[in-house]
Amino acid sequence: MAASTDHVEDLVGKEYEHGFVTDIEAETAPPGLSEDVVRFISAKKDEPQWMLDWRLKAYEHWLTMQEPRWAHVHHQAIDYQAISYYSAPKTKDDGPKSLDEVDPKLLETYAKLGIPLEEQKALAGVAVDAVFDSVSVATTFKDKLAQHGIVFCSMSEAIKNHPDLVQRYLGSVVPQGDNFFAALNSAVFSDGSFVYVPAGVRCPMELSTYFRINASKTGQFERTLIIVDEGAYVSYLEGCTAPMRDENQLHAAVVELVALKDAEIKYSTVQNWYPGDEEGRGGIYNFVTKRGDCRGDNSKISWTQVETGSAITWKYPSCILRGDNSVGQFYSVALTNNRQQADTGTKMIHIGKNTSSTIVSKGISAGHGQNAYRGLVKFAKGAENARNYSQCDSLLMGDKCGAHTFPYIEVSNPTAKVEHEASTSKIGEDQLFYCMQRGISEEDAVSMIVNGFCKEVMKELPMEFAVEAQKLLGISLEGAVG
Amino acid sequence: MSGQSTSVAQTPAMSASVVDHYLSEHAAVGPTLPALGVAWIDGLRREGRDAFAKLGFPTPRDEAWKYTRVAPIEKRAFRLQGELCIGFDEDDIAPFLLPTLACHRLVFVNGRYAPPLSKPGKLSPGARLMSMDRALREHADLLESHLGRHADPSANGFTALNAAFMADGACLILGARTRLEKPVHLVFLSIPQEEPVVAHPRNLVVAGEGSQAQVIESYASLGTGTYWTNVVTELVVGENATLDHYRIQEEHTRAFHVATLQAHQARDSRLRSHSVSFGAQLARNDINAQLDAEGSECVLNGLFMADGRQHVDFHTTVEHARPHGSSQEYFKGILDGRSRGVFNGRVHVHPGAQKTDAMQSNRNLLLSKDAEVDTKPELEIYADDVKCSHGATVGQLDPDMLFYLRARGIDGATARGLLTYGFAQDVIDRMPIPQVRERLSHTLLTRVPDAEHVKGMV
Repeated sequence: MAASTDHVEDLVGKEYEHGFVTDIEAETAPPGLSEDVVRFISAKKDEPQWMLDWRLKAYEHWLTMQEPRWAHVHHQAIDYQAISYYSAPKTKDDGPKSLDEVDPKLLETYAKLGIPLEEQKALAGVAVDAVFDSVSVATTFKDKLAQHGIVFCSMSEAIKNHPDLVQRYLGSVVPQGDNFFAALNSAVFSDGSFVYVPAGVRCPMELSTYFRINASKTGQFERTLIIVDEGAYVSYLEGCTAPMRDENQLHAAVVELVALKDAEIKYSTVQNWYPGDEEGRGGIYNFVTKRGDCRGDNSKISWTQVETGSAITWKYPSCILRGDNSVGQFYSVALTNNRQQADTGTKMIHIGKNTSSTIVSKGISAGHGQNAYRGLVKFAKGAENARNYSQCDSLLMGDKCGAHTFPYIEVSNPTAKVEHEASTSKIGEDQLFYCMQRGISEEDAVSMIVNGFCKEVMKELPMEFAVEAQKLLGISLEGAVG
Repeated sequence: MSGQSTSVAQTPAMSASVVDHYLSEHAAVGPTLPALGVAWIDGLRREGRDAFAKLGFPTPRDEAWKYTRVAPIEKRAFRLQGELCIGFDEDDIAPFLLPTLACHRLVFVNGRYAPPLSKPGKLSPGARLMSMDRALREHADLLESHLGRHADPSANGFTALNAAFMADGACLILGARTRLEKPVHLVFLSIPQEEPVVAHPRNLVVAGEGSQAQVIESYASLGTGTYWTNVVTELVVGENATLDHYRIQEEHTRAFHVATLQAHQARDSRLRSHSVSFGAQLARNDINAQLDAEGSECVLNGLFMADGRQHVDFHTTVEHARPHGSSQEYFKGILDGRSRGVFNGRVHVHPGAQKTDAMQSNRNLLLSKDAEVDTKPELEIYADDVKCSHGATVGQLDPDMLFYLRARGIDGATARGLLTYGFAQDVIDRMPIPQVRERLSHTLLTRVPDAEHVKGMV
């Protein structure tokens, strides 16, 4: 295989496609975090007093906390005083009312990323709430959603227009002091998406947001809150790419999902942030807290994620299965190449009776990538007849990478049924030989085998996303076997 | 949360006084320990003492002790048993022996070698079996390159204490190509005293190149009462050597049992370890195998059964440091009453350890609604051409199987007993020595639900 190694390295060394910087005057807070900065952010966003108090409480709590060290990742200490906590694209007057009013440079950015808003409106039937840096720029399909009584807007708008809902649910799944990064987010979150689906409504389209990180040295602190009322359904897509940067950028988002009785939430993510160069310089630190609460009986929350980007991923989308008969699902593909590190997994907390959960995690490591699955499956005493099935598979490419599994299983109820399986393998020489002997190029063969390995997860993604995700895997891995 | 923070606040104060207790014990006992003045032995004990002074007892904040709280050990000031006391004869210890098994037998009482009860017998030429006390005094040179070289005194507070108080235990050294015909049976008996006592047995088995041996460690109590056994066993398996190791723990349910088994394997060596944990109110077993050369194989099997308020914890670590190693782990747990079981199996494949084949399985049976099990099978892999898998399950008895038996006229309780027996017997059947299997099956039969009827059926 020696001859092909150079060729392989060429392919692996493919530059990040989506790396560019849009030159927009940002109104950025000076670096550093203090009570004043929290007040500045809140004032900047014209928030009511209760919101400011909420942020300040989180900030106070954050001051008492320490950065967690248990994850299987290594990085230099983050200087929280060197980060700017607020950056908004400069608005013309009071902000755009429609697409025409949006800064053309922003639109250009989206065009480069291949997500023209109009085209998406027309073709994909997807409503896009695009978050550019930290402020929502354009929100589409609002009218159509409004007909069904669905609220889909930025968090800032929700705080203004739906304070009762926000006050009731914000922090009810991920409390302010939940963990170090969640506390940080609670104090300084800039914006994010808010969804409320009223009882009995099946959301007629897939809701989608694109997060981009743009201004340099700006941490992004998204806050997403999705509430699905009794018997309602929503499918939410989140996809990310970020421009190329040298400094590490911190991203500490919080996503909260609330499913009431008979409700269902499907949350899909394709994450392709800048992973850093081959030596691991630059790249996003992605420290995210995602949690869903199946609060009502018969509710269901399903997480699907394809993680190909970020220098460090630290993310555990979880389900609290509180309601009887509630269902939690977690499907994940995490890919680490070069010096990327991922410590990702899920928590399934079974509290209600007859709850069930499924975990399918596929980790792919190449280059010097380190990929860890860390999960918790917990059965509380009252979780009668609950069950869980977990499967963690790892695929290793090259002898410098690592694949790790840290599953925690805690069972306090004898009627629980838990099955956990993990396996590790590599792409076999014979598999490759078989494909190449039939005239399939090496990259195509690898891509095919990898996609086959991930199929169980990919099929959970909505169609448009599945296509993008498959492409991503292909790009990130081309020729990684050598 | 509030409860947790108070306990955290209390811990330092409590640890300080308890650490002082053991340090002052050490100061008092230190000068009486064997082989005083031998530099490396003194150094080892000092290392243990210093490590304990620094570490104290583990807290739930230590990842390896997350599910096992050692506060019950910590809060009692255990004292070392000074003199060897034997107020009983062979008949009294008969229940703890394997009567039909011809073996070399060493008996220890409260951690001290008891010659009147032991029958070392005649060994093959090239083999030495003696108490650690004698080995330290007379053969320190033979021990130097092995003792304390594998079990790190500073791994945790328990191994540290064991190193600090290292005095007695068993020592088996096999020369090259020496084969022991008969197994070695090490019987550790504890007689509870008025005040809680602790023993820190230290065992060493060195199997030279191409040698072969079977070693059985048994732990049991004579009488009821609170005491603590804190044992460390080091197994050094030489090139192409084969070692079968058994550990049978049947201590009284008021006893505390903390054990570390540390194995080091050379090229093409084979280790088979079988651990059974039936007794003690708190039993913690660390089993660590270092596969440090190509082609080494290791099998770790285990069975734990707990009832009442027992807490049993197995932590295994297999370090695949070199290529072409293989490891198989097979652990089963049965939890009844309000007991709690913990299994943590870690497989670490180092960079370059290609062609590693590691398999691990942990299956747990919960028999009561108040029992709990926490299992964590970990894989840490830094090489690509490996085959690694693990599986863990937790559940109760299969209703279909129960139905099958009940449909054939076996009542519910007996059916449960029978299925539980079958579940556990599966591990026992993997042990090569028939007398050990017999003995364990017998014990098992007294512990399964509806034992009396089950006995009649198997």
